[in-house]
Amino acid sequence: MSALRRPTLPLGERPPLLQMQAVDKVFGGTVVALKDMNLVVNQGDFISLLGPSGCGKSTALRIISDLLHPTRGKVIWEGDHGIGDLGVVFQEPTLMPWATVAQNVWLPYRLRGKTYNTVKDEVLEALRLVGLENFLNAYPRELSGGMKMRVSIARAMVTNPRLILMDEPFAALDEITRHKLNNDLLRLKDKIGCTVIFVTHSVFESVFLSDRIVVMAARPGRVLQELRVDAPYPRGEEFRTSAEYAAHTRAASGALKEAMGELA
Amino acid sequence: MTIAENRPLPVAEALDEDEARRARARRVEGIAKWALPVVMMVLAIAGWAWVVAANDIPHYILPGPGRVWTSLVEDWGMLLDAAYLTGWITLLALLLAVVGGAGLAILFNQSKMLELSFYPYAVILQVTPVVSIAPLIFIYVDSKIAGMLLCAWIVAFFPVLSSTTLGLNSVDHNLRDLFRIYGASRWQKLRYLQLPSALPYFLGGLKIAGGLSLIGAVVAELVAGTGGIGSGLAFRIQEAGYRLNIARMFAALSLVAAMGVFIFAALSIFSHLLLRKWHESALKREG
Repeated sequence: MSALRRPTLPLGERPPLLQMQAVDKVFGGTVVALKDMNLVVNQGDFISLLGPSGCGKSTALRIISDLLHPTRGKVIWEGDHGIGDLGVVFQEPTLMPWATVAQNVWLPYRLRGKTYNTVKDEVLEALRLVGLENFLNAYPRELSGGMKMRVSIARAMVTNPRLILMDEPFAALDEITRHKLNNDLLRLKDKIGCTVIFVTHSVFESVFLSDRIVVMAARPGRVLQELRVDAPYPRGEEFRTSAEYAAHTRAASGALKEAMGELA
Repeated sequence: MTIAENRPLPVAEALDEDEARRARARRVEGIAKWALPVVMMVLAIAGWAWVVAANDIPHYILPGPGRVWTSLVEDWGMLLDAAYLTGWITLLALLLAVVGGAGLAILFNQSKMLELSFYPYAVILQVTPVVSIAPLIFIYVDSKIAGMLLCAWIVAFFPVLSSTTLGLNSVDHNLRDLFRIYGASRWQKLRYLQLPSALPYFLGGLKIAGGLSLIGAVVAELVAGTGGIGSGLAFRIQEAGYRLNIARMFAALSLVAAMGVFIFAALSIFSHLLLRKWHESALKREG
């Protein structure tokens, strides 16, 4: 994966990666989880799906990852789309407790029939990127919550996928760890140039991480508006304390309030 | 008062009051774990000997422990042969229970139709007391050994089947999604996800099946009534009962109990070895 850094072009110049076209998802014939969702994801985007509970953020991710089929509409990938195009990070680290860190990261390759030795370098590199190269043989139970999440991120990145889906990955972590992992995630994205769709409840997290924030509302789940955060990467502590960050946070908070208001 | 105040510690300032108390409790518990059962047994045997001597109970009603010990020594050759047979039936039945129970669980897991078709019959087989099935089995099965194996298997396979089935269905749903996203085949999902997830459940069922296969073997022997060469411990108990050789009954019984304890201990160690690195049940926590 190390050799394959994809360049990230400025917003507006990026070629499309996938499109959700007029996607509806209805559960049990009555519950409209997602209504007419249109989203163009471009190569190199860091998109946050921001919204209250029940707005269909996770449903959208599940449809993109083909775990759910849309009731109407479709998801179209640019070019050939196959296994290995996707990396996924869930809210829980979702590691196999019986396998070591290295075996967990090896999993996406293992399921494609690759032996450990043929992909050892990739596994090592992914673990080095998340700072866990010294924990190859540790079992998940020996790691802290933040470290487990890093392993999960390494597993999502190891095949250098075209798109990484993250479903509230840091929601269960404490504030300090969350802060640190946000910084690390941006560093990683800068290194490998991946495309990310990131589901979150947190305005601060979405502004800090993403260049596009898609604000969603509930009942029915739908896209309310899209905000752009055009601050350049890499972003660090100075961005967190800047007036620009505060302005974006205010805008995102306003949009979220609107989304919540509609709910009430 | 703490240990830290009384004597120097190997590591300076290592233990505070809590730690010292915990260390002392651990040490006491470590000794008590072995010492208490031994003391209880010695007391029980002494009490038994006293009751027999004080009341002058005849040995064909209740022999004293000395007499049981003598019987154990004198009949050792015969009892050992009997234990050998019972042990073999038990082990083979357990092995078949593992293969049959886990195999059926995997088949049921792979095909809902198979599960719907056969699971109720597995339950019926389990809930019908083996004592009532055994006489029928010995009518239709010529070989006594095969009949005994079948009896023991019927009792032992169900816990393996039900706990493995539960384990195979208890896979973390996010991991299941992950395997789907990565395009895992049915075989890969079974091999890398479901079987390891089911392992702790399977081992729980195995421990129960170990005890049950001994019960099954004993019941089968009692029903089969094998005589002459190839008679197991249960048959020896029955035979000694007919002869009012109560001491030998006790001696054979103690061997059956020892066998049960051995099976349980061996399976517990086996289970610990397989799970010690990762499973919650094998972890020690502070505090």
